[in-house]
Amino acid sequence: MRMKSRAEVVIIGGGVIGLSIAYHLGKLGVEDVVVLEKNYIGSGSTFRCASGIRAQFTDEANIKLQKYNIERWKRLSDELEHDINFKQSGYLFLATSEEEVEVFKKNIKLQNKFGVPTRLITPEEAKEIVPPLNAEAFLAGAWNPEDGKASPFHVVYGFAKKAKEFGVEIYEYTPAVDIIVENCEIKGVKTERGMIETETVVNAANVWAPIINEMAGLSRDFVPIKPYKHQLVKTEPIAPGQIEPLTCPPAWNDSYVIQDGEDGGVLCGTGLEKLTHLDDVQPTYDFMREVLKWATKIIPALKYVHVIRQWAGFYAKTPDSNPAIGKINYIDGFYIAAGFSGHGFMMAPGVGEAIAELIVKGKSKVPLDWDWYDPHRFERGELRSAAFQIG
Amino acid sequence: MSDKKNIIICRCNEVTQEEIEALIDQGVTDIEMLKRLLRIGMGPCQGRTCLPMVVSILARKTGKKPDEIKLPATRIPVRPVPAGVLVGEMESDENEEQS
Repeated sequence: MRMKSRAEVVIIGGGVIGLSIAYHLGKLGVEDVVVLEKNYIGSGSTFRCASGIRAQFTDEANIKLQKYNIERWKRLSDELEHDINFKQSGYLFLATSEEEVEVFKKNIKLQNKFGVPTRLITPEEAKEIVPPLNAEAFLAGAWNPEDGKASPFHVVYGFAKKAKEFGVEIYEYTPAVDIIVENCEIKGVKTERGMIETETVVNAANVWAPIINEMAGLSRDFVPIKPYKHQLVKTEPIAPGQIEPLTCPPAWNDSYVIQDGEDGGVLCGTGLEKLTHLDDVQPTYDFMREVLKWATKIIPALKYVHVIRQWAGFYAKTPDSNPAIGKINYIDGFYIAAGFSGHGFMMAPGVGEAIAELIVKGKSKVPLDWDWYDPHRFERGELRSAAFQIG
Repeated sequence: MSDKKNIIICRCNEVTQEEIEALIDQGVTDIEMLKRLLRIGMGPCQGRTCLPMVVSILARKTGKKPDEIKLPATRIPVRPVPAGVLVGEMESDENEEQS
């Protein structure tokens, strides 16, 4: 595809966040939007994620944003005219001690306050929801039937397809190599295939975002995002309806199991994370053994199920595990939505809408707390309470 | 050729030649996206059977040479293994596979 030499907005990063922003800009009638993706769309972190979508967070900002996002997810297949396989299969957190039950109660109260219908359930109820669950090991569950999952593959494809219908151009295998800034204003983006003049750039590169910030003349640590390797294993398909919700006892090393909404295989994750470098997505045997130790404790029958795949990806982590979303005040026309710390997929519809509206209208109707996610908070030494981080 | 809908390319996930060609005709010409939208090569065989055939279909339809099409990553384990074996609680399931 011949590349444009001028664009109204250039989005760097063709993952679910960049594509959602592109789609929403197109929907708002912005012509000449370009997405630059250094590899193929979805290849960075989106295609490696565990597909979960939840509003069970433990702070007001994330709960409100995710309550809104779930409403967006419910309509997204219709909106994109492509089935993204969204299912409200719920999230089931399981407590192993009385202290944890008290923490669950506190979180549920906060979630209920903002309209998220999480409730405390008994192990017997949990077993009805997840029939092969080792229910005896748990005292109670926090259950939100409105949480869910979707197919990362079809979401990326759907956003890209619809964005293209709106005139967005997506250049894959086209890395940005420099951002031209003069007198604190953006002039253009240099790519490996040539220059694109623009006044507006969105850094949606997630774990690679510090490199993009540096291209614009900022410090790499302005938004200090670090690559933490997380891995998943996946089993052969099992009968549908066995482990449909994301099922997670946080006290068991943040381990979780969830059936893939498309093929019914079981995705197994655990909190064994490692700070690594940007080329390291090598799966490890240590992880395989660790995750299966926990997965077979949660669901004993998994012992008899074959493991067929294992892969790794990054949590693009900020110091408080909350993303940086908003305008970068040092450079006119420079925006960021990155550092999602494992939550980019579930947040994508609302974040894309909010950034697109911010660019076009200077404000947004999305209930996104701009102060909470302020990209400048790190240099001020302000940290949020850490976002509850799992799947 | 009407029988393309009966020609199974990916046996694990039952993907037909017709489905693959239809998606290529819609403009999905990257094997990475074809793989994920159709789940080709993501089943127990790890793509050993189907991916070479997908490469040849893609090469024929796009005019690329087969060696210009980079195969998607191979994932471990190379063959399916029961979770119980990997956590050291079970012996290998060779008997099961022979039966």
